Amino acid sequence: MTSRAENDFGPDGEVFDVERIRALFPILAQRPGGQPLVYLDNAATTQKPLPVLNTLSRYYANENANIHRGVYGLSQRATDAYEGARAKMARFLNAAEPAEVVFTRNATEGINLVAQTFGRQRVTADDEVVISAMEHHSNIVPWQLLCEEKGAQLRVVPISDSGELMLDELASMLGPRTKLVSIVHMSNSLGTINPVRRVVELAHAQGVPVLLDGSQAAYHMPVDVQALECDFYVVTGHKLYGPTGIGALYGRRSWLEAMPPYQGGGDMISSVTFERTTYNEVPHKFEAGTPHIAGVVGLGAAVDFIESVGFSAIVEHERQLLAYATTALEAVPGLRLIGTAPEKASILSFVLDGVHAHDVGTVVDTQGVAIRTGHHCTQPVMERFSVPATARASLAMYNTTTEIDQLVTALATVREVFG
Amino acid sequence: MSDLRDLYQEVILDHNRNPRNFGPLEDAGLRADGHNPLCGDKLSIAVNVVDGVVTDLRFEGSGCAISKASASLMTESIKGRTLDEARKLFDRFHQLVTDRSAPPDEELGKLAVFAGVRDYPARVKCAILAWHTLRAAVDDNQDVVSTE
Repeated sequence: MTSRAENDFGPDGEVFDVERIRALFPILAQRPGGQPLVYLDNAATTQKPLPVLNTLSRYYANENANIHRGVYGLSQRATDAYEGARAKMARFLNAAEPAEVVFTRNATEGINLVAQTFGRQRVTADDEVVISAMEHHSNIVPWQLLCEEKGAQLRVVPISDSGELMLDELASMLGPRTKLVSIVHMSNSLGTINPVRRVVELAHAQGVPVLLDGSQAAYHMPVDVQALECDFYVVTGHKLYGPTGIGALYGRRSWLEAMPPYQGGGDMISSVTFERTTYNEVPHKFEAGTPHIAGVVGLGAAVDFIESVGFSAIVEHERQLLAYATTALEAVPGLRLIGTAPEKASILSFVLDGVHAHDVGTVVDTQGVAIRTGHHCTQPVMERFSVPATARASLAMYNTTTEIDQLVTALATVREVFG
Repeated sequence: MSDLRDLYQEVILDHNRNPRNFGPLEDAGLRADGHNPLCGDKLSIAVNVVDGVVTDLRFEGSGCAISKASASLMTESIKGRTLDEARKLFDRFHQLVTDRSAPPDEELGKLAVFAGVRDYPARVKCAILAWHTLRAAVDDNQDVVSTE
C-alpha cells in the first residue's frame, strides 16, 4: 500500500531506513501462527534491539562484579559501567549532572520514592497534591496513600472531550496549600502530549514544585529537564527499548539533598554505628542495596541506541505513521477514536460499535496483530469517556504503514465475526 | 477464521446479540455484582430461590461477548435446578473452560460451546465471571466478586 520511499527519510542527510531498524530487533522476525508479528503494544513495553541484548550478555560474560566496593579490577570495571550508564541517562534527559539521576526499578518506583521522601517530609494535614484526570494508576495511588496518611487532599485537573488537560482549571487549583503538581508528560491511554513547560511555569509562579511522568514521552520525543525546569522527571527503561526492572528518577540536586533517604541498607550510607548512621551523598543516598547493575548497563546501551537513531528521525517517522494510522482507522466503519488532542503522539485508543474491546483484541491476535485492550491502568480515563475499555494500538520507531494495513485488515475480520 | 469460530461459536454470538434473562429482577431475594477489572466486564445477578430450587434468575451489566453469552447461557441452564445441581454444574463448567484434557461432558448441554475458551487463557475469566457471581449470590453473599 505504501512505497519504501515514504519510510525513508532522516535528518542531516541520514536516511532513516525502517527495515534496517527492524533488523536490529530479533523478536520482530517471529511469525505467530505463520503470520508476521505485528507488535502494536509499545505503550506497554517496547521490544529490545541487539545493542541492548548484546550489552546485557557482554556485561554478565565479562564485567560482572558488585559495584562501589571491590578494590579489584573487575569490580572497578563494573562500577565504571554502572556510573557510565548514569552519565548517559543524565545526558539523555539533559540533567545538569549525573548525580541528579537516581536509578529505580521503574517509573512507578520513581514516583513512590518522591511520595515517600519529598512527600512525607513536606506534605501535612490540609495540604494539596495536584494530579490530572489522565494519570496512570502509578501517578494516582502513591499520592492517595500519602494524602491518606497525612490528611491531605488530592486535587484532579479535569480533561476535555478531546483529551486535553484543562490548564485554566489547573491554574485555579494552585495555591498556598499546594505542595506538588504531578502530571503525565504524555498520556498512555490517549496519546495527549501535555503542555508541561506551561504547567511548570504556572506551578513555579506559585512556588509549587512539579513532577513529570515521562514513561511514554521519553521514547517518543527528546526530553530536556533543564529546559522544562521541572523538579522531578521519571522514566522506565523497558519502554526505552531497554531491560525490564530498571528506571530512573531525575531530581534537582537541591531537592535530592534535602530529601530523606527512601530505603535503608548498604551503599546508601557513609558510616554506620548503632548510635548513628550518616548517609551517602546523592544519588547514592537513594540506592540502597546491590542495584540492578546489568539493567542499568543495559539501559545505558538503550539510550545510546535511541540517540544513534536520533530523535529527529524517530519523531518524524512516528508522526507520519500516526497520521497514516489515524486516517486508516477513521475509515473503519463504526470505529471511534478516544483521545483526539491536537498535540498527541503514537497512541490510537479506540472503540468499535457493538464489539467489546476484549473481543477486538482476541480476534486481531489470531491475525498476528498484538494490541492492548482494557483500561490501560487508567480507569478514571475510561470513566471520563464513558467506555468500559478501549482497544489501543501504540507505535514505536520500528512500526510500518504495512503493519497499520494489517491492523485494518484484522479489524475487518472482527466485523466478519461479529457482523 | 476457523480457530476463531471455535471460540466465537454461533450460539455464543447469538447470546451476545440477544442475551436471555437480561434485565432487572425487581423482587429478587439474592443478588451479587461481579467485576473483571482486567477488561472492565461488570455484571449483576439477581436470583430467587424457593425450597432450594432456583426459580428465577436474571442478569444485567456490560461485558465482552464471552462474558455476556456465558451469563446468558448460565441463566438458561440454571433456572429450575436445585442449588446443589447448580454447584455441580459450576464445577463442570469450570473444568470445561480450564482443563485442556477434559473429556466431552454431556451433562453440560449447550454450555459445551464454551470449550474453545480453554485455548485462550486470557479469556477464561470472562467465561467464568457470571458463574462466580452466581455463587457469590447464593453461597457467600458477598457484595462484589472480582476475578482478580
